[in-house]
Amino acid sequence: MTRPAPVAQLAELNVVTLRHPFEDPRMASFVELLNPINAEADAAPGFVWRLVEEGAQDATGLRPAGEDVVVNLSVWESPEALWDFTYRSGHLEVMRRRREWFDRHFEAHLVLWWIPAGHIPSVDEALERLADLRSHGPSPRAFTFASSHTAAEAAQCLRPTPAAATEELRSAP
Amino acid sequence: MTDDIDAIAVLQDPVRRRLYEFVVAQGREVGRNEAAEAAGVARTLAAHHLDKLTAAGLLESGSRRLTGRSGPGAGRPAKVYTRARGERSVSLPGRDYRTAAELLAEAAEEAGLDAGLGAAARRRGEALRGSEVPCGDLREAMRVLEARGYEPYMKAAEGAEELDGPASGVVRMRNCPFHAVAERFPPLVCGMNLALLEGLLGVDGPVRARMDARPGECCVVLEASKNNED
Repeated sequence: MTRPAPVAQLAELNVVTLRHPFEDPRMASFVELLNPINAEADAAPGFVWRLVEEGAQDATGLRPAGEDVVVNLSVWESPEALWDFTYRSGHLEVMRRRREWFDRHFEAHLVLWWIPAGHIPSVDEALERLADLRSHGPSPRAFTFASSHTAAEAAQCLRPTPAAATEELRSAP
Repeated sequence: MTDDIDAIAVLQDPVRRRLYEFVVAQGREVGRNEAAEAAGVARTLAAHHLDKLTAAGLLESGSRRLTGRSGPGAGRPAKVYTRARGERSVSLPGRDYRTAAELLAEAAEEAGLDAGLGAAARRRGEALRGSEVPCGDLREAMRVLEARGYEPYMKAAEGAEELDGPASGVVRMRNCPFHAVAERFPPLVCGMNLALLEGLLGVDGPVRARMDARPGECCVVLEASKNNED
């Protein structure tokens, strides 16, 4: 049986501020988990793509949002697939121990947005979505698990119609 | 709340109660024949009660070809039942601990209180254990968890072909007693749950609790401690 090709996929950016540099022994338990957890992500149902630095196994060496800020950028078939990986796989253990390794964020540190299927989001695009979420709150353009929006809502809001323009004005600060 | 009272009242009938408990304990779709046999009643009576439980919103029904065949000649699909996902509760007088739990969890999440919550949960687990001695083995752990609503079951350890005595298995749990708050604040509440279970079972005894999350179940798995095998 063939399934119809999906028209939209979910992009995810998550940023964490490291409490100590990677070389610090206090970070060793986190660094050890990177490869196994990334392998689990790659094999997870609904996984599409994740950002990997050229010549490396992950994106932890890229620091586009600050010297001590690690970014995680990935694409999934659906919010449910991403949720199950994030919270219902070996990844939950990393989340549980997050306070040992990462600073607490006072602003949003995870943003979700819809992309056309097959599109690979750039780091700049991802950081723009995070900035959008931080300054305007959740919207169909940039949202979170708790404030999820469907691809249809996003398409509606992104279409350049008078309605979208009104939406734009309404969400302006 | 009237709906909840009506739904719970449906379980007052002992046959229905047995059927409900049987379906719930299987953790998969259950056919009418199988349920009738387990409850010790005729198939038609079981079907009647299973449909009553479905109408009350306690079970969900679907249809499956149990033979695995399809197309003409495969026969009529059989009706199968699983537990409904919704929660039912009645409190008299009315209480709303869920809103309180959600608000406290939200505040704890925002303030980053994971470590403090974990410590409180571990102390509570130890107090509930009420003994200096850690839990003795997986069977005993299952009784403790059963009493707290976790719905534990024994499963062959990863890699093992099948269950070969209690020592070779791990204990998983079908039910998360903190489901609603755990879904909203997973790392915080699942961390709390692990700490509670560590307190309840002891951390240096024959049984070890560790995080092993998977969809649809409690995030914790119990296994025999490695250092107690010899």
